[in-house]
Amino acid sequence: MGFAHAVGGTRYLFPDLRTLLARATPLRSGDVLAGVAAATAQERVAAQRALADLPLRHFLDEAVIPYETDEVTRLILDRHEPAAFAPVAHLTVGGFRDWLLAAEPAALAALRPGLTPEMAAGVSKIMRLQDLVAVAARCRVTSRFRNTLGLPGRLSLRLQPNDPVDDPRGVAAAILDGLLLGAGDAVIGVNPATDNLETTIRLLDLLDAVRERYAIPTQSCVLAHVTTSLLAMERGAPVDLVFQSIGGTEGVNRSFGVSLALLREAQDAALALKRGTVGTDCMYFETGQGSALSAEAHHGCDQQTIEARAYAVAREFSPLLVNTVVGFIGPEYLFDGKQITRAGLEDHFCGKLLGLPMGVDVCYTNHAEADQDDMDALLTLLGVAGVTYVMGVPGADDVMLAYQSTSFHDGLYLRAALSRKPAPEFEDWMERMGIEAASGAGQLPLAPALIGLT
Amino acid sequence: MTMPTPWVELRRFTSARVALGRAGHGLPTAAHLDFQEAHARARDAVHSALDLDALEAALGRPSIRVASQAADRRAYLLRPDLGRRLREADRASLPPAPGAFLFVVADGLCAIGVQHQAPALIAAARPLLEAAGLALAPIVLASQARVALGDEIGEAMAAAMVAVLIGERPGLSATDSLGLYLTLGPSRGRTDAERNCISNIRPGGLAPEAAAEKLLWLAGAARRLGATGVALKDEQPNAPRLAP
Repeated sequence: MGFAHAVGGTRYLFPDLRTLLARATPLRSGDVLAGVAAATAQERVAAQRALADLPLRHFLDEAVIPYETDEVTRLILDRHEPAAFAPVAHLTVGGFRDWLLAAEPAALAALRPGLTPEMAAGVSKIMRLQDLVAVAARCRVTSRFRNTLGLPGRLSLRLQPNDPVDDPRGVAAAILDGLLLGAGDAVIGVNPATDNLETTIRLLDLLDAVRERYAIPTQSCVLAHVTTSLLAMERGAPVDLVFQSIGGTEGVNRSFGVSLALLREAQDAALALKRGTVGTDCMYFETGQGSALSAEAHHGCDQQTIEARAYAVAREFSPLLVNTVVGFIGPEYLFDGKQITRAGLEDHFCGKLLGLPMGVDVCYTNHAEADQDDMDALLTLLGVAGVTYVMGVPGADDVMLAYQSTSFHDGLYLRAALSRKPAPEFEDWMERMGIEAASGAGQLPLAPALIGLT
Repeated sequence: MTMPTPWVELRRFTSARVALGRAGHGLPTAAHLDFQEAHARARDAVHSALDLDALEAALGRPSIRVASQAADRRAYLLRPDLGRRLREADRASLPPAPGAFLFVVADGLCAIGVQHQAPALIAAARPLLEAAGLALAPIVLASQARVALGDEIGEAMAAAMVAVLIGERPGLSATDSLGLYLTLGPSRGRTDAERNCISNIRPGGLAPEAAAEKLLWLAGAARRLGATGVALKDEQPNAPRLAP
C-alpha cells in the first residue's frame, strides 16, 4: 500500500513505509547522497503530514527491510510486546507525539518493550529539537557495572586517552589528566591505533593496573573488534566491557564483521568473568548515522531510521553504554553544525525512548562545516536532555583518530552549568582523593609515579 | 590557576593536549586560541587548491590536467561519487599508455601536502621504477579528485598500474600529509580492498625517499602476485618505521 498527501495544490505519493519515512526526514546530506531525501521542502512536509496520520500499528504490519532476509528485522518484530504497546496502540504517529510530550517517566519506561525503532524514528521526524530534548529528559535509564550510570542529576564522562602509536605512557598521561579533571566515570576507554591481539592485551593490562593503583570505581575498555576481545578473554586478559560498532541492518553488521550470534557469544564470555561489582551490564556499543550507506546496506531507508534500528541490536544485550558518534562520518552524511545537532538529538531521543543508556560523541571532522561553537550548542542541549555521558578527550583534540570531540573541560562546564554530578561511586572516590579541591588549586592528588609516569 | 610541575610534566609523555590548566571550569585563553589557530589552519587546508603551474614546474616535465565531475569544493565534499568520475571533456586528453606505470597527482581533501611532497616522491621513485623495467606514462594532475578517479584515468590510458598521490584529510596537528594508493589493472568499479596504501608521507612522518622504496617493493610484489589490495601484504624487509 502507499501513502499520499497534498500540499500547495500538489499531491505527493509515497509508495511504501520506508519511502515515507525517508521523505519525512529533516534535510541531511547523507539522505540526498543515497537518493532517498525529499526533493523539495513541500514534499518533505507532505510526507510529515502523511506520517502524522499513519496509525502506529502500521509499523507492525510493514517492515522497512524484509523479515525474511534481515536478522535485525526479525529481532525487532520477534521481541515486540503487545501488552506494553497497548497504551499507545490506538494512536497515530502524530497522536503519539502529543502523548510523548505529556507522558511521565514511569509511563515512558513501561512503553519500551512495546516500541519498535521505526516507531521511535518515525515520531522523531515530526518533532522539533525542544520536543526531542523534553521527552528524552523524562526517559530514565540506569545501568551498572562497577558504578551506577544514568541516575537523575548525574552526568558521566568517558575518558578517551587515545595515543597515535598506543604508547602506554602516552595513554597513562592522558588518563591522569582526565581523572584530575573529573572524567572517567562512564568508562576509561581507549581506541587502539592497531587492532591486533598483542596491543589489545597490553592496553587492557595497562588500564586495569591504573584502575587498581588508584582504586577507581569505574570500568575500562579497549575498543577493539569483538573477535579480538574474545581472543583476549581466552588469554585471560582483564576485559571489563566488550566493545563493538554496530548498525541497523544485517548487511551493515556483516560489514563490521559481526552478527547477533557473535555478540551473544562475546556477552556470555564477558559475563562469565564476573568482573562487575554493582551490576552485570558488560557491553559497550557505538553507532552513527550513515554507516549503512557507507557499507551499501541501507536498503533504500534513510540513515536515521537505520540508526534507530541499531538500538534494537544494542538493547538485546543490556549494554552499560551506547553512544552515537554523531559527527565523525563526515560532511557527505551530516554536512554542517545544524545537521550534526539535529542528528545528535534524534539519536539520543530514540536511544533513550527505547531504553538505552545513551551517550553522544559530540564531534566533527575538519572537512565538515562545524566548529567549537556548534559543539558547545549540541553539548548544552544534550545536557538539558539528560544525556547519560559524553566523551572526554584532552583539549577536545583526539591525536589518534584526528577528529575533535568534547574535552574534560567541556565535562566540567556542563556539570557546573546544569548542576550535575558524576556517578555516585565515582563522586565519592573523587571526594576521598581530594581531586576537585586539589586540582582546582593546581595540586596533584594522584601520584604519576604510581602508573609508571616517571 | 598555577599548574603544578608534575601536571605540566605529563606533556613529556604525549602529543595530546594535556595539562592545559583551568580558568574556572573552562580553558585558559592561550589554550583556547591555540586550538582555534590549529582548527583555522585545518579548515583553510581543506579549501586549499593545487597550484598546477608550480606543480608542473616542480615535476620538471609536461603533464596532463584533468578534473572530476565535482564542479567545486562544496560539490566535492557533498558528493564523493562525483569526485570518483572523470569530467567527460577530459577523457580525450588522455593518451594511450598501454602497460605503463601511471602516476596520478590529486588534490584530495587537502592540496598542501601534495604540492610539497608529490614532486619529491616522484623524483625519488622514477629512477627506481625505470630500473625495474617499468615504462612510465605521462603524469596526470587531477583536481577535485577522490582516489578512485585513478581507476577511470588508468583504464582510459590502458595503464598496467596506477599510483594515486592524494592529499589526506587535514588534522589539527598536520595539514601536509600525502597518501599513496597503488592499484594494479586500474578500471572502473575497483574497490578500496583492491589497493595498497602508503600513508602519512610528510616531514616528521614518512620521508618521500622511504615512500618511493616502499612503492617499488609494492609494485614488484604486485607484478609477481598479479594483484594489489588485501591479497598483497606489506612484507617489505626493514620497512621504514612510520614516525609517530
